[in-house]
Amino acid sequence: MAAAETGALPTEERVGQVVLPGDVLLLPSHPEADGERLWLGPGAALPGRLVCGPGLRSCGAGLLVTKCGLLRHRQSGGAGGGSGGAYWVDSQQKRYVPVKGDHVIGIVTLKAGDIFKVDVGGSEQASLSYLAFEGATKRNRPNVQVGDLIYGQFVVANKDMEPEMVCIDSSGRANGMGVIGHEGLLFKVSLGLIRKLLAPNCEIIQELGQLYPFEVVFGMNGRIWVKAKTIQQTLIVANILEACEHMTPEQRTQAFAKLSER
Amino acid sequence: MKETPLSNCERRFLLRAIEERKRLDGRQSYDYRNVRISFGADYGCCIVELGRTRVLGQVSCELVSPKLNRATEGILFFNLELSPMAAPAFEPGRQPELLVKLNRLLERCLRNSKCIDTESLCVVAGVKVWQIRVDLHLLNHDGNIIDAASIAAIVALCHFRRPDVSVQGEEVTLYTPEERDPVPLSIHHMPICVSFAFFQQGLHLTIVSYSTMVQDLLLVDPSEREERVMDGLYGGIMLLKDQVLRCSKITGVKVAEITELIQKALENDRKVRKEGGKFGFAESIPNQKISAFKMERAPVDTNDVEEQAEEIITKADPPSDVVAKPILRMPGTAQIGEGLENSWGDFEESEREEEEEGNSDDATTSGGQKMETEEINIVNDDTIILSDSEEEEVVILEPEETHKKTRTHITAKQENSSKKAFNKKRKKKRATH
Repeated sequence: MAAAETGALPTEERVGQVVLPGDVLLLPSHPEADGERLWLGPGAALPGRLVCGPGLRSCGAGLLVTKCGLLRHRQSGGAGGGSGGAYWVDSQQKRYVPVKGDHVIGIVTLKAGDIFKVDVGGSEQASLSYLAFEGATKRNRPNVQVGDLIYGQFVVANKDMEPEMVCIDSSGRANGMGVIGHEGLLFKVSLGLIRKLLAPNCEIIQELGQLYPFEVVFGMNGRIWVKAKTIQQTLIVANILEACEHMTPEQRTQAFAKLSER
Repeated sequence: MKETPLSNCERRFLLRAIEERKRLDGRQSYDYRNVRISFGADYGCCIVELGRTRVLGQVSCELVSPKLNRATEGILFFNLELSPMAAPAFEPGRQPELLVKLNRLLERCLRNSKCIDTESLCVVAGVKVWQIRVDLHLLNHDGNIIDAASIAAIVALCHFRRPDVSVQGEEVTLYTPEERDPVPLSIHHMPICVSFAFFQQGLHLTIVSYSTMVQDLLLVDPSEREERVMDGLYGGIMLLKDQVLRCSKITGVKVAEITELIQKALENDRKVRKEGGKFGFAESIPNQKISAFKMERAPVDTNDVEEQAEEIITKADPPSDVVAKPILRMPGTAQIGEGLENSWGDFEESEREEEEEGNSDDATTSGGQKMETEEINIVNDDTIILSDSEEEEVVILEPEETHKKTRTHITAKQENSSKKAFNKKRKKKRATH
């Protein structure tokens, strides 16, 4: 596959196919008024602008693939045709890299004066200030021990600095973040499964919810915390979530049917 | 890299679950994980998988001069290495004291038990003896390294063949494998380690009967998480007499099972080599036995789950009928069943997994399980998967596709990617370019 002359293929053709690092994808030639501009980052593009998502990088004529996986595309709302929308590569990964804005589950490893050190599964431990909890003041410190589970989001996450996380959102409310309760089970899955489970209208969660009530927290770093009424049920939910990655929808329905029969 | 710390939440959950005699993967307290043995192309090379813990063993030999105080005995040398690929905590430069402990345990197990006849390794007394070297590499750490390592060591030793030697007076002739068949080592018995994890519940003395002492819990073959919460590692806790006796009784049973498994695996490999079939690790690759991780069946006990039968059953689609319609791909090959969609995350899993109902009484037996996989030579009930013998072709009858295409354009491929399907995939890719 000589990339020099024929490797660069039109991007639309490759959507849904496996791409490898080093592949060059030509962008559709819809020249804008001010030329093609590529914007790196999540979120919807302005109409007419292409968003270059994870796994892709802009290079000269088109997009350079940096991760192997399936190429995906999503049209931006309203704008028809090839321009606008986002391209990204869906890849399989278990090792997490902190990204700003991600909600993750971390384990407190150290309490050092004003900050906590939290292990999030990345190369560095994240730092969490004790004031970054809802209702925390200098006098009113949050009750966090070493070994507790924290659900928070990153405010600083780049390759040059250690990541920083907080447990409040921009308006100062907890919004579900903070210390996770003392019961329950924490386990690790691959990042792709988490993204699948967090997609809107995920069937797995709905079907599981019909079985019996449970609480679950998904961290984008691959960690899931589950709590059900009994240990038995917690174990079942945990095993189902882990196995869901490798089951087809039919198998899943069969599995749920079996479980609910008992 | 530092190990991921164990959170309080996990520790509490694990201890509570163990108190209730429940393990994370659904095993019983005295159950072993699946043991899988596969052999390489060379004699003396094997990989042992205990659940997800993997150890590679390799035996080699060399003619050397013997030790001065043991002029008529051969030399045995054991070495276990914790590869950094086994766990992020193992770094290449800095090996923990765990390694020292493991090595010492292994040496005691294999050397002091005199399982190998060292006198038979002598060629010329005082001048030349065989030095047998066993190298073990830990490829993946999911708990209970020592058991997997001891099994790997003894299997590799039993599998190994040394070159034949003949002595005539002063002349020693060493034959190459082509001239004379290599000779196996003389092994008296198979020493195998069985690991127990203790969890003391001592502080909460529930007096069940007047004569009970501390209620302690005992698990066989701890997985990595259980190892983290157990008391002590390779020494460091006090045991009572009856605990030790109980352990040795359990060990006797387990070792008998494992020895039987090892014998069968060796026998199988011997048969395959004799019949001239293909053997070695390369044969395991198409079946994704070595190069992939698979999720084991977890026989999770579902006995006490609340019943909400009606809604789920009425909402679920009726299972489609199995239709056997062979599809001719090209002359000489046919395929029954279309196989599944290739959704990208599926490369780790090539079997169908189903949540097993809680056959908590016989979690070890697979009698009730539907083995829909391409596992070969399922010999007895213990879901023992043995190596090789690729002659057997297992075709899975699939229900017809329910046309629920996931977001991929790749056409359905057969899940058990046989070599032919694999090559076809390659051809297809080339065609699109």
